[in-house]
Amino acid sequence: MSAVVILGATSRIGQALAREFASAGFPVVLCARDLAEAGRIAADVTTRHGVTAEAVAFDACDFSSHGPTLSDVARRFGGIHVGVIAYGDMGDQGESELDFAAARRVIDINFTGAASAAEALYPLMAAARGGTIVGVASVAGERGRRSNYVYGSAKGAFAMYLDGLRGRGHKDGVRVLTVKLGFVDTRMTFPMATKIPKASPEAAARAIREAVESGVESMFYPPFWAPVMAIIRALPPALMKRLPL
Amino acid sequence: MTAWREMTVEGWGRYPRSVARCARPERLAEVGQALADRDGSPVLAHGLGRSYGDAALLAGGRVVLTERLDRMLGFDASTGWLTAEAGVSLLDVIRTFAPRGFFPPVVPGTQLVTLGGALAADIHGKNHHVAGSFSDHVRRVHLLVADGRTVVCDREHEPELFHATVGGMGLTGVVLSMDLQLVAIESPWIELETVRVSNLDHFFEVSAGSEAWPYTVSWIDCAATGKAMGRGVFMRGRHAGPGAAPSGRLIERLKAVVEPLLDARPIEPDWLLNRATIRAFNETYFRMHGRGVQRSFVHYEPFFFPLDAVKNWNRLYGARGMMQYQPVVPPDPDHRAMRTILERISTSGFASFLAVIKEFGESHHSGLSFPRPGTTLALDFPNHGQPLLDLMDTLDDVVLDAGGRLYLGKDARVTRERFQRMYPEWRAWRAVRDHWDPDGVFASDLGRRLGLVQDGAAPTGPTRSAA
Ligand SMILES: Cc1cc2nc3c(=O)[nH]c(=O)nc-3n(C[C@H](O)[C@H](O)[C@H](O)COP(=O)(O)OP(=O)(O)OC[C@H]3O[C@@H](n4cnc5c(N)ncnc54)[C@H](O)[C@@H]3O)c2cc1C
Ligand SMILES: NC(=O)c1ccc[n+]([C@@H]2O[C@H](COP(=O)([O-])OP(=O)(O)OC[C@H]3O[C@@H](n4cnc5c(N)ncnc54)[C@H](OP(=O)(O)O)[C@@H]3O)[C@@H](O)[C@H]2O)c1
Repeated sequence: MSAVVILGATSRIGQALAREFASAGFPVVLCARDLAEAGRIAADVTTRHGVTAEAVAFDACDFSSHGPTLSDVARRFGGIHVGVIAYGDMGDQGESELDFAAARRVIDINFTGAASAAEALYPLMAAARGGTIVGVASVAGERGRRSNYVYGSAKGAFAMYLDGLRGRGHKDGVRVLTVKLGFVDTRMTFPMATKIPKASPEAAARAIREAVESGVESMFYPPFWAPVMAIIRALPPALMKRLPL
Repeated sequence: MTAWREMTVEGWGRYPRSVARCARPERLAEVGQALADRDGSPVLAHGLGRSYGDAALLAGGRVVLTERLDRMLGFDASTGWLTAEAGVSLLDVIRTFAPRGFFPPVVPGTQLVTLGGALAADIHGKNHHVAGSFSDHVRRVHLLVADGRTVVCDREHEPELFHATVGGMGLTGVVLSMDLQLVAIESPWIELETVRVSNLDHFFEVSAGSEAWPYTVSWIDCAATGKAMGRGVFMRGRHAGPGAAPSGRLIERLKAVVEPLLDARPIEPDWLLNRATIRAFNETYFRMHGRGVQRSFVHYEPFFFPLDAVKNWNRLYGARGMMQYQPVVPPDPDHRAMRTILERISTSGFASFLAVIKEFGESHHSGLSFPRPGTTLALDFPNHGQPLLDLMDTLDDVVLDAGGRLYLGKDARVTRERFQRMYPEWRAWRAVRDHWDPDGVFASDLGRRLGLVQDGAAPTGPTRSAA
């Protein structure tokens, strides 16, 4: 059976997605920088669900490696059924303002590296006339906000990129799912004490798999973020710039 | 590097509570990193917080939440050995392996415990008389010790460290992973017999006659007095054979509907569980069961984990929280200690909502592992404050006189002096711990209270009283 490839598999959301797809019987390929940890996750999904699982080295910023790495995976597994681009890095807004190299790294991981992986997945899926590219974007990408606009703009650009890719995929049989996540209870948000409810990574992963299965093209999770972001998008700039967001 | 968050940490009894800086590693290497980033403060592992008192608390220290270290690393279906990280829960093990015909060798009254917590408390189950405790089925424990190294220990490798870790309540290090031997089952169903027992002597009679059953326990009505003292409902069960029971689908479907509705968190009433309602419950529960022996098949969940049906049921006791009292006393043909304890409780007027009694089997542990041959009683009390603490103090003396001891996984209040008399092994245990953790890197509120750790605030030397 063709594989489900998780890029950024060491994130808790990536790990939960691996378990989700493995429970449906798909072999999973876990792409990550930290191979030792990805290996433990591979052992986990195999032990739990009896599927083949493999850890593969992958760096979002090593753009030229994306094509060869993913075509090798596709060749060995007989195709890629779903490719999830789950890596991301919030960076540090303050640091990005002081040093553009830091800002650039955030943009490279969240946008350039994400688009590069999607470009590498696309021809493999188009050749097979089937497959779904899942891009993990963020509510932070819905409107530039003072507190994290570098990360937000990279995620927003990625979402816009996915919109275009969806159109291209329409004739080639490649589906594109954009996932705009609100707060999910992961390493990224653990230190934040907030009253806004955080979704569990497991629930987020389940919702994403269900969306893939039912052919949804764009989603917010948790869903309440859709109306919230609609309001924030509608705020006039003169008001927006004064809000402590 | 490590992201710490200040949190109020509590056990299942929600008494006491303490504030600590918590980390929640998601990768193996982050545990060692947290230890390195402790900044001079002591460290403690915390699983799912199902110990009742202060075992998983560390005021002002660094608490490492293990729930995300939940990877199953391998399983050998020909032997039943599972290798898994310490944050894997028994719920997860059962949901994964029961459909494949395997079950944990020992389970407590809730599935919401981690393997690390189960080992650190060396938990016992309804099958203690035949299967021993949790650690009897464990090997190759990977333990992160004070100097930052990971040591593999079991009965063959570093046995002293292993025996100190079993029942050692997290005070020898952080358990990272272990091998656990699962047992083969043929069905998710339990063949169950319930026997209504009319008093304490009757309980011991039925218990003696039930030794061939792998799972035995008795609910006991603590409010009953006089001739009825010790009355209850004895349950004995075994895993059913293949095809012995009806299909579980309907139950599974019903549960899917009901489960999300049963969450006590939004209620949290201080008045719900009072003496009158508890007495009424106990009376009804007793009457509900017909006389004599009743036979049936039940799903493993209601049999082993009846309380898991209501999420956060501890909140039913309200903000004051609750306390458990669980002693074991050695075998005694006259059951004097048990009688005295039950008498004191029934005359005290403090009713216990949930009380169970069971006879333990042999035990092969040194260390602080709790189970010993004899009779154990587990009682839940709403936290009535000082009068309840006073009652428990007098019960401690009864337990001590009988040569018994209390379960640390359920304790929030026993004094250091009484603890040290209950566990004369503490000195030898402490020597092993001091060898592996000479600078007191690992600590807990329980450890400080009982003199199990070096602590600036509490005297380090033994504080034996004249008694
Ligand atoms: C409803 C209910 C029924 C119960 N029934 C039983 C029963 O029948 N038999 C029984 O024996 N117990 C029983 N218990 C108690 C429970 O099984 C134990 O307290 C168990 O230790 C809880 O596991 P936990 O993962 O929640 O650990 P926690 O409560 O979080 O921690 C308990 C102890 O383990 C240590 N610990 C946790 N993880 C690690 C780790 N990775 N490395 C080192 N130390 C660690 C902690 O420091 C602490 O000292 C019951 C509890 C409840 C709530
Ligand atoms: N949690 C939230 O509330 C939230 C909200 C909106 C969107 N998201 C998005 O959800 C996704 C998953 O994040 P998470 O919350 O699970 O947080 P996380 O654990 O911090 O995950 C980030 C992941 O990105 C990987 N990564 C970072 N830089 C990389 C690089 N150069 N090359 C390859 N991988 C790299 C990390 O891998 P390493 O192990 O190699 O570091 C890690 O697996 C991210 O895209 C994030 O932006 C999360």
